[in-house]
Amino acid sequence: MFRYLLFFYLGNKMTEKGTGKKAATKKSSRKTPVKKKKHYDVSFYHDWCKACGICMAFCPQKIIEAGKNGKPGMMNSDKCVGCRFCEIHCPDFAITVSERKSKKRANDV
Amino acid sequence: MPIPAQALRHEYLRHNKKFPHVWCPGCGNGIVMGALLRAISKLNIEKDDIVLASGIGCSGRMPTYLDFNTLHTTHGRALTFATGVKLANPAMNVIAIMGDGDSTAIGGNHFIHAARRNLNLTAIIINNSIYGMTGGQYSPTTPFGSKSTTSVYGHIEHAFSIAELAVTAGASFVARSTVYHADLIDRLIEQAVKKRGFAVVEVISNCHIQYGRRNKLGGAVDMLKSFKEQAITVSRAAKMSPEELEGKTTIGVLADREIPISTEEYIKVREQARAQKEKV
Repeated sequence: MFRYLLFFYLGNKMTEKGTGKKAATKKSSRKTPVKKKKHYDVSFYHDWCKACGICMAFCPQKIIEAGKNGKPGMMNSDKCVGCRFCEIHCPDFAITVSERKSKKRANDV
Repeated sequence: MPIPAQALRHEYLRHNKKFPHVWCPGCGNGIVMGALLRAISKLNIEKDDIVLASGIGCSGRMPTYLDFNTLHTTHGRALTFATGVKLANPAMNVIAIMGDGDSTAIGGNHFIHAARRNLNLTAIIINNSIYGMTGGQYSPTTPFGSKSTTSVYGHIEHAFSIAELAVTAGASFVARSTVYHADLIDRLIEQAVKKRGFAVVEVISNCHIQYGRRNKLGGAVDMLKSFKEQAITVSRAAKMSPEELEGKTTIGVLADREIPISTEEYIKVREQARAQKEKV
């Protein structure tokens, strides 16, 4: 019994001295699991597109819409969930879905 | 991380001279081609180590667009040429791409005997249940009662199932998918290319121009939707009765077994004969 108490006391002291700071930071990170929402960019290569309409019909977010010539365009790319259904079902290799990279400078395109 | 389409375009397609391809808008052949490329890039095989053979038909156009060692052969003889390549150089990964008319009608005999012989080949069969390129004549996989240019009042013969034919003919690996389940196609092709022995992947595809239009099945989108409704995985199909399975297509791996490969058996026979000769 005495031994356990001693260990407990020593252990507490150790954390206070050496690793107290680290433990505190870990706790704080656990409390607020900040998960950044991923954004995707969908680009259409209209030279190869034949306007079959598969991407527009099957998009789960319904954000791909036909333009004047019947070829698809992105309405609201912030809503894209990145399922890549349009990319893998495009028979003409005309769609590329890529993860959006953060802008490093203010004037980045 | 999935491979983006742009990287595939630049790596594997003859993109600077042959595109856009000749297939109709929404044709399943393009989806199968994409799946094939994803599977090959995942397997990390060198482009020079792959031989792609095809017969005649819409699917026969595929090797024209791909930057491998390609063969565009006579009608129904994709597997025959593939067998020749494999026997000449067993180190090559040989893939034969065929349509349903190509593999089961004129090349039916080649197909069952390639399966029986069990060479280390991969056969991808795109089944759109009609002869699309020649103008919509019925093929061996046209369902009973459906219309085509040569069966205007409804087809009077029954269709057969390519995958089940391959299972009974003795192929090592048989799988089926539809073009709606494109991610399943690339997993199946990956397994089939890895598999040692004759591997068949049947892909149910849409021909909305020649088949869908005559049978009032709608366009490419409607046909893909119908594939989604009809498809049932192998594990689910095992629990269902035959009456419930009518009009459905089972997708997934139908057969995966270890059978001795004929090229390896041939090497063994040769060594045996050589040893006997040395004794004498």
